[in-house]
Amino acid sequence: MRPESEAELADVLRSAEGSVAIRGGRTRAPAELPEGLVISTAGLSGIRLYEPGALTLVAGAGTPLAEIEAALTAEGQRLAFEPWDASVVLGRSGRSTLGGVIATNASGPRRIVAGAARDAALGVRLVDGAGEVIRAGGRVMKNVTGVDLVRLACGSRGTLGVITEVSLKTQPGPADAATLVAEGLSPGAAVAAMQAALGTAFEVNGAAHDPARGETALRLEGSALSVELRAERLTKALAGHGDWHVERGRDWARVRDAADLAGSGDLWRISVRSSDAADLVALLPGRWLMDWGGGLIWAEAPAGTDLRQLMSCAGHATLVRATPETHGRLGTLHPESAGVQRLSDGIAARFDPRGLFRSAA
Amino acid sequence: MDMPSPDPRILPRRDEIIRRLAGVLPEDALIHRAAELKPYECDALTAYACPPMAVVLPSSTEEVSAVLRICHDEGVPVVPRGAGTSLAGGALPTADCVILGVARLTGVLETNFADRYIRVGTGRTNLSVTGAVEGDGFFYAPDPSSQLACSIAGNIAMNAGGAHCLKYGVTTNNLMGVTLVLMDGEVVEIGGGHMDAPGLDLLGLVCGSEGQLGVVTEATLRILPKPEGARPVLIGYDSLETAGQCVSDIIRSGILPVAIEFMDRPCIRATEAFAGAGYPDCAALLIVEVEGSDPEIEEQLGQITEIARRLDPVELRVSQSAEESARIWLGRKSAFGAMGQINDYICLDGTIPVTELPRVLGRIEELSEEYGLGVANVFHAGDGNMHPLILFNANKEGDLEKAEALGAEILKTCVEVGGCLSGEHGIGVEKRDLMSVQYDPADLEAQMRVKDVFDPKWLLNPAKVFPLEVSRSRRTGEGLRPAAVQPPGYLETQRGTGS
Repeated sequence: MRPESEAELADVLRSAEGSVAIRGGRTRAPAELPEGLVISTAGLSGIRLYEPGALTLVAGAGTPLAEIEAALTAEGQRLAFEPWDASVVLGRSGRSTLGGVIATNASGPRRIVAGAARDAALGVRLVDGAGEVIRAGGRVMKNVTGVDLVRLACGSRGTLGVITEVSLKTQPGPADAATLVAEGLSPGAAVAAMQAALGTAFEVNGAAHDPARGETALRLEGSALSVELRAERLTKALAGHGDWHVERGRDWARVRDAADLAGSGDLWRISVRSSDAADLVALLPGRWLMDWGGGLIWAEAPAGTDLRQLMSCAGHATLVRATPETHGRLGTLHPESAGVQRLSDGIAARFDPRGLFRSAA
Repeated sequence: MDMPSPDPRILPRRDEIIRRLAGVLPEDALIHRAAELKPYECDALTAYACPPMAVVLPSSTEEVSAVLRICHDEGVPVVPRGAGTSLAGGALPTADCVILGVARLTGVLETNFADRYIRVGTGRTNLSVTGAVEGDGFFYAPDPSSQLACSIAGNIAMNAGGAHCLKYGVTTNNLMGVTLVLMDGEVVEIGGGHMDAPGLDLLGLVCGSEGQLGVVTEATLRILPKPEGARPVLIGYDSLETAGQCVSDIIRSGILPVAIEFMDRPCIRATEAFAGAGYPDCAALLIVEVEGSDPEIEEQLGQITEIARRLDPVELRVSQSAEESARIWLGRKSAFGAMGQINDYICLDGTIPVTELPRVLGRIEELSEEYGLGVANVFHAGDGNMHPLILFNANKEGDLEKAEALGAEILKTCVEVGGCLSGEHGIGVEKRDLMSVQYDPADLEAQMRVKDVFDPKWLLNPAKVFPLEVSRSRRTGEGLRPAAVQPPGYLETQRGTGS
């Protein structure tokens, strides 16, 4: 089923029964779509407004991310939060849509300084489980006008309704970029170096460690003059943290998408304090990668293993890739405290009173 | 502005309720004598005042929880209060309420420079959060003008911004976790030292919820390394439109200044008389600030002055020293004080798309003439956050009402061009009845559903944010809660054109 307008979608949802699954670009659904009605957002597509001078873009939820990125690139702008492309690790052939990116709050390496997808979202339109059209936020950068349903919609993974339109804050793209690379650092030394770099005023906006390649990488972006100056000074500042050399043209999409962990088998995405990262990776049974200065760990695990059992620190482990049976048994998201769970369930029940989207939870 | 009448079931039981509160609080944490209640009868929206039934000043999350449990049990409304600097009446009491002040929760609970966060009690002032980390080269970015006095609790409640949001974002972009006490006393931990918990973004809901969902007692805040330096350039134009064009051109060029501030002639003249910052007498002034090391600052200021020159400025002054920077900022920072010296004023904070600046400033001029009241503009132009100051005489019969009506017209204009009623002050009681200009009934219903979950009895800061008519059945507990509350005439109200 492919509604061509928000009004048609609202009609469909008002009369829907049983279970409804939302299909965006078919890149990141954790398992096979559940049985029942499948609603595609492909008909809710297209850029509706783009004002580079106001750093604002409004587009339908079904708009392919590639279309948005092409429009931004033409104006020398980009999405600050650097959304990761789930099709890489999941081996899917689909193309990410804006709705999918927002519904999963998908953010890449630049998240550490530029914020997540939810930080760039200015407004959202959503049709809830009762078929009501809800507008939240708008298209301005500061907005404290009532309860912030924009943040609520971001990362709601299709449990509250179908996102139909999103307004985003865009960012001017940099003229230049460079990456500082050190080789052979232990996980502990790599985390310490990344923490030190992120604690400087040089605005490092990517900090990753790849043990298989033996590389720790720090990204700088800005004007040519600024990048050159900061690369030189950051190298000096990290003198006690290994030997660093400057590389140009490094491919950060590989870090963003955890491309080295593409394939099959279970894959987890774990958010922790960077201070807890080195201890955690020492316990991991398979290959892993660090992003966000150690705050994000991608980890492979033997099929059906619950990596959360290894975590003695605070954090959230999300099951990204596994069989439907494992997703069902272990749960895709990290279990929450009783209080958070009760509040979340209460909100879902009010936005989706007939439980149309419950199978997405 | 109306407030609901006090609940007749509460006031007769006042003594009993105070006795119960006294049982869970130290003696000096409970205020109930009339003279001592006086300081709590209003916040910075001084046009409205009402003494509360009692004030409690707990010193721990446990005490907050104990107080809320009693109030929940007794059906007593609770109005949370930070430092009382709300310009929107967010902490305005009702006669039957208990004010819960967090002013004693001021501790620094953890500083973690490796992971770049600080955890504090939310009664701590905004500026003293930076104070706790600046010795180590860090700062807390959101910088509302009231930062010397305002509390983190209030910053979270109103999703506070400031002059430097263009680069660093507002409170919600710098908040990592909270300890939230629900109205029934339950303590819930949300977020913390790690980022982006999957699942519903309850942290995002709590931030900006104006004390409607719970009382935040502790907060984990992102801290950032202090930039090496910062320097402003002062640019004057002989028309508002040209200044607006300059703002848009700078942003479009790919430079991201940390602040772009805008002042119009009435404001320039008043601040000049008050502070003598040496501003030129022109239609519009911009202060654009950039950050970095000296060569980076030079490069950015060079690009900005090149853009500014193309539009024929009447003044262009690049700061060459810390002293000169301070002088350029002096007028802007004393603008509100300067205006207060010559007039009473209402300060609005409607936000608009940056590209609409010239049009909206023109409309404000027209409205100002139509109502016969002066309006001075001083605001954060880079992010479209307007601050029209409507000047009036509080001692003149009907002047306040006229100023409020003019304010409402200005805010409607903001919504019409795709903006919103408030960028950083919040709705409170001040803009409560304008919410239906921006939102449809279904939008407001969806927001109220969230409150239903956190505060089913609608006891926390009731009669704020949502128009009274729209929230009536929930506040009074009368009748069923229909899917969309649609009072008579409600659907005819104007709808915004925002996306």
